[in-house]
Amino acid sequence: MTDTRRQSPSGLRAVTGRIGSIAGHHQSLTILVGLALVGALLPLISAVPPFSGFGTQKDWVGGFADAGVFVLLAVGLNVVVGFAGLLDLGYAAFFAIGAYTYAYGASTFTGLQTPFWIMLVAGAVVAAVFGITLGAPTLRLRGDYLAIVTLGFGEIVPVVALNADTYTRGTNGIVGLAQPNAYGLFGITSFPITNPWPWYITVLGIIAIAFMILYRLEDSRLGRAWVAIREDELAAASMGINTISTKLLAFAIGASTSGLGGVFYAAKLGVVDPTQFHFDVSFTVLAMVVLGGMGNIWGVAVGAFVIFEIQHQGLKQLGAFIQSLNVPVFQVPVLGSVDLGGINFLKFQFLLYGLALVAMMLLRPEGLFPSRQRRHELHEVAEESEEAAEDTSEAVKGA
Amino acid sequence: MTASPTSGGVRPLLRIHDIHTYYGHIHALQGISLDVYAGEIVTLLGANGAGKTTTLRTISGLIHPSAGKIEFDGADVTHVDAHMLVRHGLGHAPEGRRIFGRMTVRENLQMGAYTRHAGAELDADFERVYELFPRLRERRSQAGGTLSGGEQQMLAIGRALMTQPKVLLLDEPSMGLSPILVEQIFGVIESINKQGTTILLVEQNALMALGVAQRGYVLQTGRIVQSGPAQDLLNDPEVQKAYLGG
Repeated sequence: MTDTRRQSPSGLRAVTGRIGSIAGHHQSLTILVGLALVGALLPLISAVPPFSGFGTQKDWVGGFADAGVFVLLAVGLNVVVGFAGLLDLGYAAFFAIGAYTYAYGASTFTGLQTPFWIMLVAGAVVAAVFGITLGAPTLRLRGDYLAIVTLGFGEIVPVVALNADTYTRGTNGIVGLAQPNAYGLFGITSFPITNPWPWYITVLGIIAIAFMILYRLEDSRLGRAWVAIREDELAAASMGINTISTKLLAFAIGASTSGLGGVFYAAKLGVVDPTQFHFDVSFTVLAMVVLGGMGNIWGVAVGAFVIFEIQHQGLKQLGAFIQSLNVPVFQVPVLGSVDLGGINFLKFQFLLYGLALVAMMLLRPEGLFPSRQRRHELHEVAEESEEAAEDTSEAVKGA
Repeated sequence: MTASPTSGGVRPLLRIHDIHTYYGHIHALQGISLDVYAGEIVTLLGANGAGKTTTLRTISGLIHPSAGKIEFDGADVTHVDAHMLVRHGLGHAPEGRRIFGRMTVRENLQMGAYTRHAGAELDADFERVYELFPRLRERRSQAGGTLSGGEQQMLAIGRALMTQPKVLLLDEPSMGLSPILVEQIFGVIESINKQGTTILLVEQNALMALGVAQRGYVLQTGRIVQSGPAQDLLNDPEVQKAYLGG
């Protein structure tokens, strides 16, 4: 029956399974070592052709620091969508709330100069409060209906930021956000804009903390309650799980992770404005979660990193590469003259996401690095229906 | 828990008094009253759509009645939510089994023990479920969704037992199972009862249900139309005509 299909990718699965079981035993240490290793190796990419040609090491490291923001967003959304099974299409709203929280806490706009490190916590807390605020009215909703309401919330936040210009300075955005201060650690006081390293190390640190917390949560009673709710809410209630508080906690924790990302992002950019938080962000993060492997924290993080890099380096370089081929402009009937070198691939990023998502859904619906249970869900359907058939034949025989 | 005997003798462990439940405008339960005494197996019979499942869901707190009163273990639990009732000892194996298909058998049982703390007592309960259903022990590492219908039913009952119920609500455990499996499941229901768990059993299979129960109620379009000792119901011409194909 499904034996052949199961065995073909078993080599890779054995390896990931092995790593998984080691990681399961020494989680926090594994996370720290893993992230330190990844963090140390990634910057070396600037010495490897052809990547060395795409930019200096500083360019790469700065890009990685930005990618780190999306890793945070993706692992946060993974709590809501991957663990608890609540489809949230307005996740960028919490990212915005984190960013604006920082803008209020540490900018010339309000005159406050709260330290970045305190604002990180504040951003997470404020986003969590909004997570609960959004979660509360949607508790009775599931699936498509929940998605529509969250989509609405995701649009409301940037629209409010755009129009409440007394408080947000509208389209101009809030500028003059303070740089984080390292208080002389490694000789750094205020984080310099020209040097990406402190940002890179900071975001790695935030990711490490988020990972340690999320892995612990996944293994906790709360984590099991999320899975139970994702699978069957009524049965979960029959097990003694308070479905209301469990779902609200998923929203709150997912939102707070996004809030961390928002604070860091705002501090790094030095400016927040409403255009940074539109639906494309929510969609991009959801695509990262789905492509990475819903429910698996590392998988989702890798998905976020890869998609971010494709978006910000890959597409740009693809355009440059094709330009370098010097393909002459040629004529195509109907389309007219085609200039391959003039294509701006960045404009096609959503087309490419779309194609990537379609391809994934057809070829590997559980994502690149699926969690164990998602794999069950999507690859044992054949077996299940077979069992069901057995069952009915048994019943027929009996009757 | 005040176990003060009332004038009529022992107080029922579970007392449902004149409950009315609506689904929107549909008046699904129109004044249901029933009592379950400690140690009993009571069955609630009725055709499709009579309101059996609604009754169980109302008792277990998954939905709340708009009128009437539910008392459990001496306390008024009419408006207590399902997850709290589980902690008080009301176990529910819902209709259609509703096991967690992507969790293993063991993980499903662990979900049943969600409100409890690890310890010797918990281990003993795992053992008890595996004794009652040896098949579950064999398949403990297998995903719930890959079990056969009968095994899923065993798992649903086992999972409910892990909540350490004083009263176990069983919703159509025979549904979709072959006669041999139905016999098996009912045998286990009797053993569970003999081990001290009170059972309220909702069934369409009236013959089997009345075979194990001490008393029964017959539900028709949201009302109790008949009740009494199981033996009397078995011999009742009306019941025979409607449910026993006699």
